[in-house]
Amino acid sequence: MPGQRVFLHSRTLPVRMVAPSLKLQDLIEEIRGAKTQAQEREVIQKECAHIRASFRDGDPVHRHRQLAKLLYVHMLGYPAHFGQMECLKLIASSRFTDKRVGYLGAMLLLDERHDAHLLITNSIKNDLSQGIQPVQGLALCTLSTMGSAEMCRDLAPEVEKLLLQPSPYVRKKAILTAVHMIRKVPELSSVFLPPCVHLLHERHHGILLGTITLITELCERSPAALKHFRKVVPQLVQILRTLVTTGYSTEHSISGVSDPFLQVQILRLLRILGRNHEESSETMNDLLAQVATNTDTSRNAGNAVLFETVLTIMDIHSAAGLRVLAVNILGRFLLNSDRNIRYVALTSLLRLVQSDHSAVQRHRPTVVDCLQETDASLSRRALELSLALVNSSNVRAMMQELQAFLESCPPDLRADCASGILLAAERFAPTKRWHIDTILHVLTTAGTHVRDDAVANLTQLIGGAQELHAYSVRRLYNALAEDISQQPLVQVAAWCIGEYGDLLLEGNCEEIEPLQVDEEEVLALLEKVLQSHMSLPATRGYALTALMKLSTRLQGDNNRIRQVVSIYRSCLDVELQQRAVEYDTLFRKYDHMRAAILEKMPLVERDGPQADEEAKQSKEAAQLSEAAPAPTESQASQLLDLLDLLDRASGDAQHPPPLDPSPGGALVYLLDLPCAPPPPAPIPDLKVFEREGVQLNLSFIRPPENPALLLITITATNSSEGDVTNFICQAAVPKSLQLQLQAPSGNTVPARGGLPITQLFRILNPNKAPLRLKLRLTYNHFHQSVQEIFEVNNLPVESWQ
Amino acid sequence: YASLYFCCAIEDQDNELITLEIIHRYVELLDKYFGSVCELDIIFNFEKAYFILDEFLLGGEVQETSKKNVLKAIEQADLLQEKTETMYHSKSFIGFKKAY
Repeated sequence: MPGQRVFLHSRTLPVRMVAPSLKLQDLIEEIRGAKTQAQEREVIQKECAHIRASFRDGDPVHRHRQLAKLLYVHMLGYPAHFGQMECLKLIASSRFTDKRVGYLGAMLLLDERHDAHLLITNSIKNDLSQGIQPVQGLALCTLSTMGSAEMCRDLAPEVEKLLLQPSPYVRKKAILTAVHMIRKVPELSSVFLPPCVHLLHERHHGILLGTITLITELCERSPAALKHFRKVVPQLVQILRTLVTTGYSTEHSISGVSDPFLQVQILRLLRILGRNHEESSETMNDLLAQVATNTDTSRNAGNAVLFETVLTIMDIHSAAGLRVLAVNILGRFLLNSDRNIRYVALTSLLRLVQSDHSAVQRHRPTVVDCLQETDASLSRRALELSLALVNSSNVRAMMQELQAFLESCPPDLRADCASGILLAAERFAPTKRWHIDTILHVLTTAGTHVRDDAVANLTQLIGGAQELHAYSVRRLYNALAEDISQQPLVQVAAWCIGEYGDLLLEGNCEEIEPLQVDEEEVLALLEKVLQSHMSLPATRGYALTALMKLSTRLQGDNNRIRQVVSIYRSCLDVELQQRAVEYDTLFRKYDHMRAAILEKMPLVERDGPQADEEAKQSKEAAQLSEAAPAPTESQASQLLDLLDLLDRASGDAQHPPPLDPSPGGALVYLLDLPCAPPPPAPIPDLKVFEREGVQLNLSFIRPPENPALLLITITATNSSEGDVTNFICQAAVPKSLQLQLQAPSGNTVPARGGLPITQLFRILNPNKAPLRLKLRLTYNHFHQSVQEIFEVNNLPVESWQ
Repeated sequence: YASLYFCCAIEDQDNELITLEIIHRYVELLDKYFGSVCELDIIFNFEKAYFILDEFLLGGEVQETSKKNVLKAIEQADLLQEKTETMYHSKSFIGFKKAY
């Protein structure tokens, strides 16, 4: 206000104020001088009190200074809401200083969620029509920063008018304000669409840039607008071509690249217009190739343009050669010394790896090298991309690289790397053995980071690879002997040792160095797992069950196992306790069934996680199962003899019956588990042999799920005064039936009711042919060798009908 | 840049490398304005930093790609401010940098 002199002279102090208000920069200094947060708070609270008082008193002269100070403390995180109304007053003032700070305050303090913000609408309207460019600039800036939908609707006509103003300064701001308005009120598109085509003819870079941004926004929001603007593609191509070819203009260039901001914006709009549109894509093909090949890539500005070009090429209908060029540019980016450029390359290649797989494959070696990046965001993307690049032809090489990476990678990438390797191995494993080896390696390197289903997957895999049982159990045994801390590994190893313990002790396996393992060592190892504080409860469960299974797989006596089982009957862990009690009962009361119950596991059908769950549950309940181990050599040859005796041709008995897919469940009722199927009427036992106190009994089981299967357990008992030693039992059946003998529990029946020998026979009788069974017994008793051959009479019809 | 750190939030489809150029350009503008900008310049003149930013970006988009034009606009605004201030402060006016 001219003529009026209201001033703060250093010698005059207005009566109402205690002290002259601090200058902004003095306050900043005082705040920075505070040594503690409490001190800072004190300074600020004191000053805010002054500011509040000043606002209350309505001092117009220093209002802008007070607000400026308030904005500073607001930036530090202190409350400043009481300044909101002051912003309004400052904006309404005619003094430019006031407006500058007032509008800044509005942008920082006013919130479209509170109604107070609407109060500046009128001031903005006035300022927009005043014709003072810096003021118009402030108003437009504020409107495009915090303008709510309501404000935008109210002020759209004003902004539209400014689009046609001669001054480029105001026009460029009006255009970008229009962009904001459309974002807030999409219906305003109809207002701002018409001027666009005309604006494209402008030469001013700021106006051009704003226009292209506006067109981009319109096209992204409306398919109709998209269609409308396709016709400017040739014009856009021309603008970009001119930019690129007419060369250096000091005003707009960065490192020899003409206005990279404008180039990038044009390329982005071209991408939107060319997407899914053959004709537009064709129009821009040549230009894109030109930009891709001619842009100077020594500095970031050029690379930014190149990057946008690549994105556009990949998104439109470009010629195949152009696409390959684009992927190669990304490949080159991977070798750039600038980390940021490697980053955008990896992210983009990840997006393209599905659609342009072979083009990206060409850069596989470079991608694998990027695994060694020290920067976490880079190595993570390199890992993702590497995993996506694994296919059946490069799987071996890639897995080697990835496994090497797994050993040294940072902990937060371990889980992803491990599961990635396992997934890729599952999809592309060239051989089962390689697959098992790979999983084994992952379990030993990063066992604690694998997913929960890795254990189930591996046991499933091993179970199905019969020829690799010996190999697997040996490797697992060795791994376990070295380290019992990695739980998934321990679980799988325990399971395998339990299942294939007999193969472990055999000593031969061509693929691995011969290893002499004796029974005591195996039992000791399992006991170690059982007792270790590192073992999870589930792991201990596996170990206990494995020990129990070994009672039928090993040759020696089972005292040690019985002892361990007995101890765990009073274990605090309920699961272990239950298992131990059940196993102990198995020893004591159902010993004749033990071999049948602890048979090898069946191969579960892999429908997916569901099947695996069922497999786990059936394992945990220790039910009777129906897998088929191959009979041993000696038994096979002697069976031939027996079959000759039956006047049949030889050969059938050696073939193992086909793997039965249904999971076990027959003897569930024996162990009193709640979800048992209704039990079939039990077939009575049959005494088939007796001589001098040595007796042989047969017990029969027909599992309800598999009517063709008959399980016979023979039990040899000895009530005499002399031990029975070297006991061997062989059997033969008619040709239409298939017979398999499992390893007997032992060769010795001690005198006077000592521990009996049990052995399981599996007979498959799909045709329900009448069952005939011939047995051959050899043993030593009272210093004599005994041999008995006989056919079993009185076999119950239920055993085969 | 001498102990200056910048944090920029962009959208999914935005070009990261051009964002870097935007940050570079902004620092250059500050540099030209303050003469070898350092952290203290920005702290003690935070409102100026905002004003310069507002001449370079608008509503989150680049509005002016010519360094010269941006600096000219700031100069004009500062001049206008100076002019209006001389109407209010007669002898105690020192310069626009310390007007507050």
